[in-house]
Amino acid sequence: MFVIMIGDLNSHTPHGPLDRKWTNHKDHARLVNPNNRRKFEIIVVGSGLAGGSAAATLGELGYRVKCFCYQDSPRRAHSIAAQGGINAAKNYQNDGDSIYRLFYDTIKGGDFRSREANTYRLAEVSGNIIDQCVAQGVPFAREYSGYLANRSFGGAQVSRTFYARGQTGQQLLLGCYSALCRQIAAGTVQMFPQTEMLDLVIVDGQAKGIVTRSLRTGKIEMVAGDAVVLATGGYGNVFYLSTNARGCNVTATYRAYKKGALFANPCFTQIHPTCIPHAGDYQSKLTLMSESLRNDGRVWVPKGKEDCAKPPNEIPHTERDYYLERKYPSYGNLSPRDIASRAAKEVCDEGRGVGPGGRGVYLDFADAIKRLGQETISERYGNLFEVYEKITGENAYKVPMRIYPAVHYTMGGLWVDYNLMSNVPGLFVVGEANFSDHGANRLGASALMQGLADGYFVLPYTLPNYLAGQVGKRPSIDRPEFKDAEREVRAKIDKLLKINGNRSLDSIHRELGELLWNKCGMARNKAGLEEALEKIPKLREKFWREVRVPGDGEDFNQSLERAGRVADFLEFAELLCIDALTRDESCGAHFREEHQTPDGEALRDDENFADVFAWEFQGANGTLNPPKLHREPLQFETVHLTQRSYK
Amino acid sequence: MNFRLRVWRQKDRKSRGRLINYDATDIPPQASLLEMLDIMNERLLLRGEEPIAFDSDCREGICGTCSLTVNGEAHGPDHPGAACELYMRKFKEGETIVIEPFRLKSFPIVKDLVIDRSALDRIVQAGGFISARTGSAPEANSILVPKHDADVSMEAAACIGCGACAAACPNASAMLFTAAKVSHLATLPQGETERVRRVVSMVHAMDAEGFGNCTNIYECEAVCPAEISASFIAKLNREYSRATLKRSSGE
Repeated sequence: MFVIMIGDLNSHTPHGPLDRKWTNHKDHARLVNPNNRRKFEIIVVGSGLAGGSAAATLGELGYRVKCFCYQDSPRRAHSIAAQGGINAAKNYQNDGDSIYRLFYDTIKGGDFRSREANTYRLAEVSGNIIDQCVAQGVPFAREYSGYLANRSFGGAQVSRTFYARGQTGQQLLLGCYSALCRQIAAGTVQMFPQTEMLDLVIVDGQAKGIVTRSLRTGKIEMVAGDAVVLATGGYGNVFYLSTNARGCNVTATYRAYKKGALFANPCFTQIHPTCIPHAGDYQSKLTLMSESLRNDGRVWVPKGKEDCAKPPNEIPHTERDYYLERKYPSYGNLSPRDIASRAAKEVCDEGRGVGPGGRGVYLDFADAIKRLGQETISERYGNLFEVYEKITGENAYKVPMRIYPAVHYTMGGLWVDYNLMSNVPGLFVVGEANFSDHGANRLGASALMQGLADGYFVLPYTLPNYLAGQVGKRPSIDRPEFKDAEREVRAKIDKLLKINGNRSLDSIHRELGELLWNKCGMARNKAGLEEALEKIPKLREKFWREVRVPGDGEDFNQSLERAGRVADFLEFAELLCIDALTRDESCGAHFREEHQTPDGEALRDDENFADVFAWEFQGANGTLNPPKLHREPLQFETVHLTQRSYK
Repeated sequence: MNFRLRVWRQKDRKSRGRLINYDATDIPPQASLLEMLDIMNERLLLRGEEPIAFDSDCREGICGTCSLTVNGEAHGPDHPGAACELYMRKFKEGETIVIEPFRLKSFPIVKDLVIDRSALDRIVQAGGFISARTGSAPEANSILVPKHDADVSMEAAACIGCGACAAACPNASAMLFTAAKVSHLATLPQGETERVRRVVSMVHAMDAEGFGNCTNIYECEAVCPAEISASFIAKLNREYSRATLKRSSGE
């Protein structure tokens, strides 16, 4: 079906013992003399934790940085919405934590599908991140003594999560934004808000520029640079509904893929079990409710379909199915994320879901309130109950909450080597946009860690190593490669504006999302994926025939912005399904129904699939031009692969 | 539910804008105000009219992109909360809902309900940071911060940067915004070194952007989605007096 290349990708993982690799690598990386740094122009796309920290740090080092974001201010990137916290192996609790343990928890949580050396480095620099953020003035939670406080998080037996109330992402991003503002004031970083990257420019085989469009004026510009850093986040919005912000999109990474960058493991998409359910077609996004609620809430649905429409308080205990407690007696309501998500889907598929559309399960606090009193529950979760009431209008102290899983994070992304450089020299990818550290499943409080690790402490070492050989090689935008890319961008915009059909973008995007959610969501199987692969190209055709994009390209035009993104999602969705179909095993968040243990857990196939799947675009989409598959075998030198067990 | 909308439409920064009437029929009561606008835009599109431009992103009240004035109030009547956290069931059946952008000179209108708030970024660029070079930070627990100070700092740091405070203020003052950043950093030992310079630069930048002064009306506090207390403005004034005193006495 595909051309498959095995072992042709070089991860450039340094030799030597695991705990010395990064130090040795840094010791031997090439440097750029301070006087030469200002001769380099670095393009950073995205201003979230990864992009913002990279831009600020590179500016501080003396490089000239151009940073682009689609939001009206770099402070609004979606990193801001992360709630829980950030992991770091500080071992402040004296509870046995170490760099190795954080590394091991992360690689095991990822079901052994990430690169050992990258994940180890992440754990290794985690402590520096906390130091840096404290110095910047991030108001982390403190003990009465004035020392930093920690909390526990899923997938770990130690308490290593640092937090700022339920707004850790916000505070870390604002810290990073303040560092960025300092560089903007100093003139080392030039900020381009409300500007979208629409193409990557490759000159002589190296990434040397981008084509951008100002969302405010519609102006299309070519930007040349000595290197391009993509920090453009994940692609969860391919599912239409997710916990991502409305503007999150795959455009930058997908268009880089179409220019030759490899896209790795796109089928690794994380679905979070506790979100407020979808209430109707009008709904534009899903809101996460902290997983901590499952500590005191009991999850159930009615035993019989006929009870689903009844008010929950009128359904007697004997007629309720506490399915997590029934199926997983040892873990019960605290079953791992993927298990809990799939179990909810199963009971809803059986027709026993509750709420609008039958897509919800109850999370009931009645027993906890009886046992502990409403006051205690309110102390623990008051804030979340308020959010729930604001959105649904229901008082969860009186009636059970309704929850349902939702797309939350994407582990897949552009393929990068140990230096965070893609297969296209000069193209670096950081944060959620790359694939490297979380394998098939990300642990809680690790996304913030990775974004900042990449931007503050990895890229500033690995990027100069590339730049050192690039003095004076920044091309002029008069090169034909720039003109060609610009022409393509303009042609695509014109094409979108000329469709002039009678369907809205949202209606097609919703249709795509629904298809993916049903066929490539929490559980996947061969027949379903094949069905999706048959339907996606048809939907794409429908888009290019029937959609209506009003206005013109020379103006502030939100419909046009979104049209370009939806068009890319419609192509990317196919890659996602091809990857899911080809990975004929279950691992982490990728659950193929054909591969499960008798009790319904993901069954890995290490013999055949302990590889990264990195896809190369072959000039067009569709079955006639399947992407080429490069397989990077994962070398585990230190850890021993085991079946993940939550029993 | 059914509503009568009056929405501010303005082609671009230079054109004159006006309120246009729309009938919003069959709106699900569980929809948010922004989702109601999404529904209206879908209908406008299919009728061949131009959709209403408005800004939003996270739609859960944290990114601060929302910038709507609803029935005369910044972020609408359901405080505390950003406009994205406002749900249609909070309105009465048949009610007329007036939707305008935040209105003040320092936030020029880009189109319809979309405004330019880059003035707020420039206030932060003037000094709203601690100059901690990446890599130079000492071990995190070598800087002790009393819990109370950390909590107060966090209360100020929770600002989402939406600008509703300035929009609600009859003086178009951005003092709550500026006070939040100044207080966040001045309450922490890490912020001590640059404390004088920071407050002076930020206040000057705020004035240069054309924001007015505070006359203790507290509309800012009333509309703030992050519930930032107006007492931080008193803190800002103290910080500013302290800084100017220190400077004039030659310290």
